[in-house]
Amino acid sequence: MGSNEQTVLQFVPSPTSVSARVHPLVIFNICDFYVRRPDQAERVIGTLLGSVLPDGTVDIRNSYAVPHNESSDQVALDIDYHHNMLSSHQKVNPKEVIVGWFSTGSVTGGSALIHDFYSREVSNPVHLTVDTEFRSGNAAIKAFVSLSLSLGDLQLAAQFQEIPLDLRMVEAEQIGFDVLKPTNVDKLPSDLEGMEASMERLLALIDDVYKYVDDVVEGRAAPDNKIGRFISNTVASLPKLSPQAFDKLMNDSLQDQLLLLYLSSITRTQLSLAEKLNTAAQIL
Amino acid sequence: MFVSRGALARGRPGSTSLLRSTGRGEVTEDPKESLEESEDELELELHSSNPFCSLFLFISASFMANTATRSFLQVAATEEATTPLRVVQIEGLVILKIIKHCKEFSPALVTGQLLGLDVGSVLEVTNCFPFPIREEDEEIEAEGANYQLEMMRCLREVNVDNNTVGWYQSTLFGSFQTVELIETFMNYQENIRRCVCIIYDPSRSNQGVLALKALKLSDSFMELYRSNNFTGEKLREKNLSWVDIFEEIPIKVSNSALVSAFMTELEAETPVTQCDFDRLQLSTSPFLERNVEFLIECMDDLSMEQQKFQFYYRNLSRQQAQQQAWLQKRRAENMARKNAGEEPLPEEDPSNPIFKPIPEPSRLDSFLITNQIANYCNQINGVAGQSFSRLYLMKALHEN
Repeated sequence: MGSNEQTVLQFVPSPTSVSARVHPLVIFNICDFYVRRPDQAERVIGTLLGSVLPDGTVDIRNSYAVPHNESSDQVALDIDYHHNMLSSHQKVNPKEVIVGWFSTGSVTGGSALIHDFYSREVSNPVHLTVDTEFRSGNAAIKAFVSLSLSLGDLQLAAQFQEIPLDLRMVEAEQIGFDVLKPTNVDKLPSDLEGMEASMERLLALIDDVYKYVDDVVEGRAAPDNKIGRFISNTVASLPKLSPQAFDKLMNDSLQDQLLLLYLSSITRTQLSLAEKLNTAAQIL
Repeated sequence: MFVSRGALARGRPGSTSLLRSTGRGEVTEDPKESLEESEDELELELHSSNPFCSLFLFISASFMANTATRSFLQVAATEEATTPLRVVQIEGLVILKIIKHCKEFSPALVTGQLLGLDVGSVLEVTNCFPFPIREEDEEIEAEGANYQLEMMRCLREVNVDNNTVGWYQSTLFGSFQTVELIETFMNYQENIRRCVCIIYDPSRSNQGVLALKALKLSDSFMELYRSNNFTGEKLREKNLSWVDIFEEIPIKVSNSALVSAFMTELEAETPVTQCDFDRLQLSTSPFLERNVEFLIECMDDLSMEQQKFQFYYRNLSRQQAQQQAWLQKRRAENMARKNAGEEPLPEEDPSNPIFKPIPEPSRLDSFLITNQIANYCNQINGVAGQSFSRLYLMKALHEN
């Protein structure tokens, strides 16, 4: 039933152009549910919400865990809970629909049954496994779709076939991994600190490129045409302005910013004046 | 458990705030007490068809079968003094959820509920769920309450803390200080001893800054608001100015070890992140323009408030002049009467309209507006500072 058994049946793998994209929130969610699972459960199972993009990619955006009971030969899923949560989530965001289900741990025998259940809810559900025990030594997040094996007209088994998974962390990047990675962050970075960090990174990058170019020129490293072209493109993308034009441009911008700063200082002075007038007035 | 309504900021649909009437609600060193209390109340709502009665929390709390009696600790806990809130500890999961929700619906303003634990001087926020956007309709009020109950119940089954500790809302350019916010705070405060409001600004996050703030009303302001008395003398007495209305609480972020391990693995290999791209962008004028626009509007509002005060003072002084004139006349009359041997008339006449006291306009609005203006100014300062760095960087780059 699962993909661990040897199969001698022939099957034609349908050209699945399906691929999946996972948002970092889903991973966080699954980890959180796994940490909070009841003591007797080995793994956590839940529903994946998202949408299917026009080019066939499945965009997984949200998830919630569903209580389940698993024994050696039976799997019981709390269907009412699943429907309740689904309707609650859809009240907030009606565009998010079921696109599949997740489980921590790997594909087991019971997974086929659950996958069956989900394929009744949505056609061709995606099954996401998140290896929370790090069995393979690194974080393994895999996505599968199920293909049915059939002998003639008889449906025999379902095979879970892995599909390409895109882990794009755009939102996590926006917050910054310094906030999300360590177990404890004492202070959210302020504007200027963040600016400083970005500039330092930029400087480091420029240093790296500089070193690389030096190495190539002195023959220490093999020149790579593609990289060379990238570098020349980048350098050429700096707009060519005459020094006067550039100076004028910069001074104008500087003056604009200074003007705004001045305005805001005046406003604050005005505010403190107004406050004094308002509360200090004596009534006879 | 009752549900009361708290309408939020202008243009935003009202939302019900689910308030839990945990009588004492004091949570101290033993967080499981409040959960047991909440379990009492939620128990009424649970249907028996649910086969999974879950245990609580990662703190291995023993499921006390006899929930009707209060434990000794609970009784003892009510006598403790409340420690001041010093830090709000948020989980990375909550931040991601808030950001996702606010960004999806921007520019509409959205709200949601925060769940977590109140431990000593730290308020831990461990989960949250969004509120659906509803129109202002009386009948849908019940639906909102149902949604909340449903969500809390479902989350409890998967062992999520379902203790309400506050709410979050998104804002546009930092214009969140309104009377509705204060009212919502007061509503929450009646039932939850410590609640916090998290404000997220998605427009600022496009600049590469994580604009997340945790707010709380200051105690002195709350007392004053309850007595509904915002006259000048009261404020001077308490030495309360517009700065003291909201208190900002520092935010700490914590992540579970598992999540941290995942993030370490999954972190993109590139040394430069999206965040950096946002920060190093040169064009900030749209953001600044809107900020200044809002600032101008607020200044207009402020000047209107000023005019109201001026009007009031003018009326007051005119009334006093009238009173003096009338008093003089009375005194003259009395002299005449005394000379004629008649009874002197009283020097006061409460029925005369010129003695009617003119109500002093409340200063609450002007305070709020002042707060908003200060916020805008701060934002402008921040962005201008960043722009300076960027411009100089560009200059250096060009010279090379």
